[in-house]
Amino acid sequence: MSPPLPLVEQFQRGLAAPICLTWELTYACNLSCVHCLSSSGRRDPRELTTAQCMALIDEFERMQVFYVNIGGGEPTVRPDFWELVDYAVAHRVGVKFSTNGIRITPEVARRLSGSDYIDVQISLDGATEQVNDAVRGAGSYRTAVRAMRNLAAAGFSGFKLSVVVTSQNAGQLDEFAALADDHGAQLRLTRLRPAGRGADVWVELHPTSAQQRAVYDWLVSRGENVLTGDSFFHLAGYGQALPGLNMCGAGRVVCLVDPVGDVYACPFAIHDSFLAGNVTDGGGFTRVWRESELFTDLRRPQSGGACASCAAFDACRGGCMAAKFFTGLPLDGPDPECVLGHGEAALAAASPGGVTLPRPYPDHSRPARQSGPVPVTIGRRRPPSRACDEDPLAGLASLAG
Amino acid sequence: MSTQAAGPAAAFDLDRPWCVDERVAVRPEPFGALLYHFGTRRLTFLKDPMVLAVVRGLAEQPSARSACESAGVPAPAMAAYERALATLASSQMIRARDGR
Repeated sequence: MSPPLPLVEQFQRGLAAPICLTWELTYACNLSCVHCLSSSGRRDPRELTTAQCMALIDEFERMQVFYVNIGGGEPTVRPDFWELVDYAVAHRVGVKFSTNGIRITPEVARRLSGSDYIDVQISLDGATEQVNDAVRGAGSYRTAVRAMRNLAAAGFSGFKLSVVVTSQNAGQLDEFAALADDHGAQLRLTRLRPAGRGADVWVELHPTSAQQRAVYDWLVSRGENVLTGDSFFHLAGYGQALPGLNMCGAGRVVCLVDPVGDVYACPFAIHDSFLAGNVTDGGGFTRVWRESELFTDLRRPQSGGACASCAAFDACRGGCMAAKFFTGLPLDGPDPECVLGHGEAALAAASPGGVTLPRPYPDHSRPARQSGPVPVTIGRRRPPSRACDEDPLAGLASLAG
Repeated sequence: MSTQAAGPAAAFDLDRPWCVDERVAVRPEPFGALLYHFGTRRLTFLKDPMVLAVVRGLAEQPSARSACESAGVPAPAMAAYERALATLASSQMIRARDGR
């Protein structure tokens, strides 16, 4: 009664519906984080209407998408945000949304705490105001902490404190864990990707190899108590895999729907090369997921390329497709943060005279002159990051064989 | 959000009536099925279609054993299915129907 293939390989051939679907509801954002993976700031005037969003939720219900990870931009600034959340819940589509906390008032927190179908993820990228605000903008630490206090006071236990690990905060993991504990939250760490504006600051902000090793050891020691959205699967090359699937889910178990309805292979790959279709095309999202050329192609067995002969390949599977793409590395070569150091060598070889890197697109950043929080020091451009979100596979249990 | 810690796993009783928890969604997949529990936010998979048939039959059958039998589980495989159901029970995916 064992299946013919290991489950990971079954998953790589694609599922009837995504396990982990990220839906960026708007590119509008009150912040301008330097590493925003969706280059958010200004609203796109072609944003899906309320009716179109509801039709998409209907489709998710028909496909039995268990829950959607809603992000942006800052999703709560959409005037119909709460209406859409209520609609999804009424249709048994769970909602986990990522927010910088701007709209999480005591009243909202009380309302959210009543439903099994709603989860909240507060983004914070420094355990101190100084470290956080340098990346996410002045005042963003206080906003996030106030939101966490409101959720805790409303009795919302187990919401997520979501952190993108950077060279600046990699030494603060214990402090993040304490901050989460203090508010009855669960800590979630994800990997910085060179996507969106993150491509501009990746060199400066990605953890050093020594930091990366320390993050891995810390995660191993914490086990399933810290979520990772499966985003550190490239670290499996160190030896023991972290909890989760440990595979690239792009177009296989994961995808991204952007504010205008474009469907990309994953949240870190907002670029024409990974665009599979649009939810308003004939056949809708279902057809894009099940039949698009790009996703069909991603579900074919992949060659290991330059990594095929590496002893660690079975563990890391070559790492993150988007990280390779936006750093100019071949998709069948090593991850830029390969734990064996092959990425650094490949980066050096790929850009001796500075090759032209693929530009993340589209860019919704606000023009340089801004009235809102202005990011300091770290780069020219900037919003929140979320990964494949809470590892939905923490409960993986091998059943019946 | 009210993630409750699973209590100590009660011994699974194959001869009692069981059902899928009301907060669980079951989605058939080519390899079997995915189960998602909205309360615990946990995902589990069923690795073959017969387990799915057993799980789906639970609510209508007087016992888990009869759900297995009616799904066509051969006698020698019963112990493996009992273990699978016990795992589902300990993760709150299925619950006893007799209020135990």
